[in-house]
Amino acid sequence: MSAITLKVNGSTHALDVDPTTPLLYVLSDDLALRGPKFGCGLGQCGACTVIVKGQAIRSCITPVQSVAGSEVTTLEGLGSIEKPHPLQQAFVDEQAAQCGFCLSGVILTAKAFLDKNSEATDEEIQKAMAGILCRCYTNVRMLRAIKRYARERVK
Amino acid sequence: MTADARAALQRAGFSRRDFLKGSGTLIVSFSLWGLKDFSATAKAQAPGGFPSGVSPNSPPLNQLDSWIAISSDGTVTAYSGKEEIGQGIVTAQAQLVAEELCVALDRVTMVCCDTALTPDQGYTSGSQSHPANFNKRNLALAGATAREALIGLGSQHLGMPVERLTAVDGMIRAKDDASKAVSYGDLVGGKKFHVAMDGKAKRKPASEWTILGTPVHRLDMPALVTGQAEFVHNLRVTGMLHGRVVRPPCVGATLISVDEQSVEGLPGLVKVVVKKDFVGVVAEKPWQAIQAANKLKATWSSGTGLPNHQQIYDYLRNQKPTRDGLLVDSADVDRKLSEAAGVLKATYNYPYQMHGSVGSSCAVADVQSGKATIWSSTQAVWFLQNTVAMVLGLKSEDVRVIYTRGSGCYGLNGVDTISFDAALLSQAVGKPVRVQFTRREEMAWENFGQALVMDERAGLDAQGNIVAWDYEAWLPTLGGRPGTSSPGNVITGFLIGFQPDAFVPRSPSPPPAAYNNVTNAVPSYVAGCVGDVCRGKGNVKGERVLVHTVVSPFWTAQLRAPQRLQNTFAHESFIDELAAKANVDPIEYRLRHLSDPRLTDVVKAAAKAANWENRPYPRVGTGRIATGRGCSCVAYEGDNGFAAMVLEVEVDRDTGKVTAKRIFIGADCGPISNPDGLRNQLEGGALQGLSRALMEEVTWDNEKITSFDWRGYHVLPLGFDMPSIETVLLNRPGENATGAGELSITVVAGALGNAIFDATGVRIREIPFTPGRVKAAISKLS
Repeated sequence: MSAITLKVNGSTHALDVDPTTPLLYVLSDDLALRGPKFGCGLGQCGACTVIVKGQAIRSCITPVQSVAGSEVTTLEGLGSIEKPHPLQQAFVDEQAAQCGFCLSGVILTAKAFLDKNSEATDEEIQKAMAGILCRCYTNVRMLRAIKRYARERVK
Repeated sequence: MTADARAALQRAGFSRRDFLKGSGTLIVSFSLWGLKDFSATAKAQAPGGFPSGVSPNSPPLNQLDSWIAISSDGTVTAYSGKEEIGQGIVTAQAQLVAEELCVALDRVTMVCCDTALTPDQGYTSGSQSHPANFNKRNLALAGATAREALIGLGSQHLGMPVERLTAVDGMIRAKDDASKAVSYGDLVGGKKFHVAMDGKAKRKPASEWTILGTPVHRLDMPALVTGQAEFVHNLRVTGMLHGRVVRPPCVGATLISVDEQSVEGLPGLVKVVVKKDFVGVVAEKPWQAIQAANKLKATWSSGTGLPNHQQIYDYLRNQKPTRDGLLVDSADVDRKLSEAAGVLKATYNYPYQMHGSVGSSCAVADVQSGKATIWSSTQAVWFLQNTVAMVLGLKSEDVRVIYTRGSGCYGLNGVDTISFDAALLSQAVGKPVRVQFTRREEMAWENFGQALVMDERAGLDAQGNIVAWDYEAWLPTLGGRPGTSSPGNVITGFLIGFQPDAFVPRSPSPPPAAYNNVTNAVPSYVAGCVGDVCRGKGNVKGERVLVHTVVSPFWTAQLRAPQRLQNTFAHESFIDELAAKANVDPIEYRLRHLSDPRLTDVVKAAAKAANWENRPYPRVGTGRIATGRGCSCVAYEGDNGFAAMVLEVEVDRDTGKVTAKRIFIGADCGPISNPDGLRNQLEGGALQGLSRALMEEVTWDNEKITSFDWRGYHVLPLGFDMPSIETVLLNRPGENATGAGELSITVVAGALGNAIFDATGVRIREIPFTPGRVKAAISKLS
């Protein structure tokens, strides 16, 4: 165990954890966050995605010590029920979920990508989502929501 | 609703504030379940003292108080035995209750699937929630009964005859004088109705609906997209520890020994738990449990071996003994085939596939002092109540199962078996324990969707009309849903010594007693006659359908549209083969042999949307990229929903890659309860069906499953080059509500295979349609 300082969704947490612990477990269990989820533990599906330094990363394979001191944003850090981020609102508007388990990967991957590629084409957006899995196959609505947000943010 | 309950809902992520842009609709909160402090709150609100029902402590189905409670503030709490598994049913149920009770949607709270609180409605599965709760019984009848009971109470209160009264916006009031009114809260607030469910209570006609039948947004969507919704994976109970299981290395291996010293002194380790072949660890934190499970040295026997994957279809076909089921037999099929102008035969193969939930399964159990509480995303809370009791050696009335949202399951994924794991580990340490599978544990040990071997044979007359249809299939089974008394139907129960349901051979089959097409083994195009009663959807009189169930080498269970999808793939491919042989347009050919108006209507609707033109079939492209279109249809389970699909593809003849470009779906599931929710289901089903038809196949070597992660089990990702999807909904307010969640997925594989045939002239009779398989078939043709 060792002392690690973690900045998550604007709050700073002093934690005493095994530094090799994947970030996901610290977020889920030490900080009781619900957004990032364990899907595969192998970095294959995206359910555990968080944003660190503008990058969408897979928290299930990221040792917590590697992000110490960096700002970590989870799905609940993006916006709240009372004040959703416009991308989250686009998902509500398009009703773009079924079970909703995959949404951290879907929304945060799209967010990080569009932050860097504000002029991305539909094809580029689709390619950016290639590593994300939604087994309910809400693809049509999810892509529509992401493209809607992408269009509206450049206006 | 009490302030406590409201606060609990807020913590669960279900806000009552307006979240719908511009709609002015308040969001109803509904997910109370699984909250630590919910039990007391909800129990206080819950109706009655739970007299004996089907389940030992669930409220009786025939009492209104089991379904509906009205608080003094006039808010309505409805209790249902059908839960949210991502299909939007909780929102639709809230719409139903609001409609029947004439209250605004935001006045309704749904509580679903808690063995201590809600009426026992069996499984939430098999496209049964919409028919169960939206026809004139159960929840819909409860709503109607409650409205009439309130009018009766209003009559007494206002001193006016019921004929002069109406229910409006949570009030009973005189039809002709709005000043004479009394609120629901004043009539029954906080009290019970003490009324039996009234079969004569009148449901509101669809023509008067203002909430039901409208595209209300999912009530849980705001919480889902902001990461606030509580999944069982997020549930944290005070004092909770974390478990992990250690599964055998291969199928059939048994435990020889466990070396507890191999994990001695590991930080946080609480206990190593061994029970026959079940091995698990419990630790203070999840990462500690994972490390302990990885380091624990267990010695296992060798496995029992598996049949050669390459020869699985021959293996299944030749399995003995069999359990035979004859579904229809006109007793003239052989004669008609021998007299036919032409006979066509084809064999179709469908592989084992998996649920492959994106979230590996998770459960939390608290087993202390002879009582157990299980938080699980099971589709079967009441069944699990009993089987958990068997696993733990408790009485079922001492087990409470609380449904808590999980990852989409699409049937029996790992959630029932991990509920047993959690229960066993919690019992061993006497504290609450949360367990989640690794990806490998999820995928290597789930109950797979069944492989099927399907022989089709039909005779045509000189005009190309079908005169006889003969179908014979082999399907493997082992285990399945644990039901009321078979924990050994899933891996954990088996490891602790329970056996799967016994296989009971039966050959030959007795003659069919009554027509039953629940698995869609009977093609839509035959008359479906048993005795003098013909309930098929077609007009072909010569008919025989024989299904052989055999023992599977792997656990199997329901996977979305179980058997229905596989059978429909064969039938809908074969009808196209017959159409091509008869040189008739495949849609015209279908319509020629169908007699059911609802099925023909969805076929016509899909064809119209796709602008289907009657042209030579197959077209067979010659360039590198060949385009084609295919059709497929189903009367799901015979009468539980109707769907047709037209699917357009591009096939790269050099690589064999198949790309679906456009999908058109015609669907009829009776009166539409929420058109947007229905579309969401149809779209998701279509693309999941595409993934299953193009990519998915469980693989194994001679002793173990090898498709145990997303590198080994191939599926379509979010970013694939997806088709456009157009859905045409046929609303049938006068018909019964049917299932909807399994409609579109059932027709994809057939439509896709037919489209590939149209594009290339190649008929592929084995799923999945991988590039390698398609390319090889094209090469063979040319």
